Amino acid sequence: MHQSNTSAVHLTGRQKVGRFVSRTVLLWPALALLMIFFVWPIFMALYYSFTNLALSGAAAKNLQFVGLDNYRKLFSDASMFRSVKNTLVFLVGSIVGQNLLGFMMAYFMKRRNHIVRRIVGSCILGGWVMPEIVVAICMYAFFYSKGTGTLNRIITLFGGSPVPWLFSHAMLVVILANIWHGMAYSMMVYQAALDDVPEDIEESAYMDGATRLQNLRYIIIPHVKSTIYTNTMLITLMTLGVFGLIYAMTGGGPSGATQTLPIYMYVQAFKSFQLGYGTAISIVLLMIGIALSVLYTRIAKDH
Amino acid sequence: MKSKKETILAYVIMALMAVVFVLPLLWIVLASFDPNASVGLKVPASWTLENYNAVISSGKNRLAFLVGLVLSLGQTFLVVAISAMASYPLSRYELKHKRTFMYTVLFMSALPITTVMVPVYKLFLILGLMDNLLGVILFMTASSMPYAMWMMKNFMDTVPIALEEAAWVDGANTIQSILHVVLPLMLPGLCTIAIFTFSGSWGNFFVPYILLQSSDKYPASVRLYQYFGQHGVDYGQLAAYSLLYSLPSVLLYVISQKFMSKGFGMAGANKG
Repeated sequence: MHQSNTSAVHLTGRQKVGRFVSRTVLLWPALALLMIFFVWPIFMALYYSFTNLALSGAAAKNLQFVGLDNYRKLFSDASMFRSVKNTLVFLVGSIVGQNLLGFMMAYFMKRRNHIVRRIVGSCILGGWVMPEIVVAICMYAFFYSKGTGTLNRIITLFGGSPVPWLFSHAMLVVILANIWHGMAYSMMVYQAALDDVPEDIEESAYMDGATRLQNLRYIIIPHVKSTIYTNTMLITLMTLGVFGLIYAMTGGGPSGATQTLPIYMYVQAFKSFQLGYGTAISIVLLMIGIALSVLYTRIAKDH
Repeated sequence: MKSKKETILAYVIMALMAVVFVLPLLWIVLASFDPNASVGLKVPASWTLENYNAVISSGKNRLAFLVGLVLSLGQTFLVVAISAMASYPLSRYELKHKRTFMYTVLFMSALPITTVMVPVYKLFLILGLMDNLLGVILFMTASSMPYAMWMMKNFMDTVPIALEEAAWVDGANTIQSILHVVLPLMLPGLCTIAIFTFSGSWGNFFVPYILLQSSDKYPASVRLYQYFGQHGVDYGQLAAYSLLYSLPSVLLYVISQKFMSKGFGMAGANKG
């Protein structure tokens, strides 16, 4: 700002225009898009969550301000509580699973045979590069409940009896599907982090008689601590918004067993046509998202 | 130091994980060549390309792929162009509140898009953009803008300003120096953002599912979902469709790995 003011005296008219364009005008399209499609809907959502907005019927024509009714309804809605609980289970399951398995794979793969690393890595990356709906289809076939599903075939092969996975263990199944899809990311992150652990510190610890477990506990884990934080934050944010995977596999069922907040929001807004109530649910989801994003930005700032 | 037992254990665990991860993919590959495919892994009794043929010869499927391509290419082009424009002032000028702005952008990039879909639906009704492909492209562009701006600014920061000054001395104006000096030098960065955006867009199901209503405007992702949900679906064709639909994502991932490993070799541009 100050620099341009002093030098502006010597600029010709054309240069001034060029400077204005390169300084300001170039930002406008991006800002316009963000304002219209990002900021506006959020404020609109806040407003509509206090109304009886509906997709059809009498309320669709006659929009009324209902105050905190939607939020009061949220707190007395058993399905809402169930969805919050399901979301937490889905989040925690995915976070723990992806972190643990990702770290474990990175740890076991470290300094192993190059070719083996590549082959195993490619197998795991398969689930990561597939689009969400294809992941859902692959996992559906794997856990398919009647005798023909891949897992049930394996179980019968070893003499067990088939399990109706998608009905009796639906939440576990969608968590495993999400881990299958997302674990490669954690693995890559931890591979990079483990490569940064200085080898000589590890060596000298072994010299002093440390066991492998002690080495892990006192040298490796403290070294990758910040990676664990950032990775956990990112998985949380990615998992919070998961819709297509669960929706395509179970549709939120059976009888609400896998109905997370995004699914409940969708059902209320577009299946029950209660757009106002659906918006109130999305505000709850948004608040959770905002809190987590702020936390994530804080952590990213520190590094 | 590393006992033999541990090494064996490590390899056993790696092999086990690889098998568990590859089995679901193996089903989709085998089923796509199986004339009698069922849900669940089995080796086909005979092999056929008929499933692929059936998927490709359906006009509706081809249209869905085309729409998906239009959506993803449109979004990718706009994201790269608009974020490159925006990142120039952010990278080169001392703007008021720039730090706060950049952290707001980072914050927005972390926010899951699912959380705003219901209000965006209402917004589309108000703006009359419902069931409009251009509207979907614009919204998806906006939703990618935060991370694209963040990455693009960081890429642009690595291009030395001295190179631009040299162009100015030769009589180029700012726009010319951006087009002919800055952007060509950050081509790997532009490609990374383009690939990232395209893959995300191609795989996106929720946004077109909410914002589009007529079935002839559905992209491949939504069409695949509907096909999957049909009663008495042909699993061989479903698998073939899934693999064809995954192909761009897989290819782009492989290509992006080449880009990433190349990195940026501009550290020496200032010397001499």
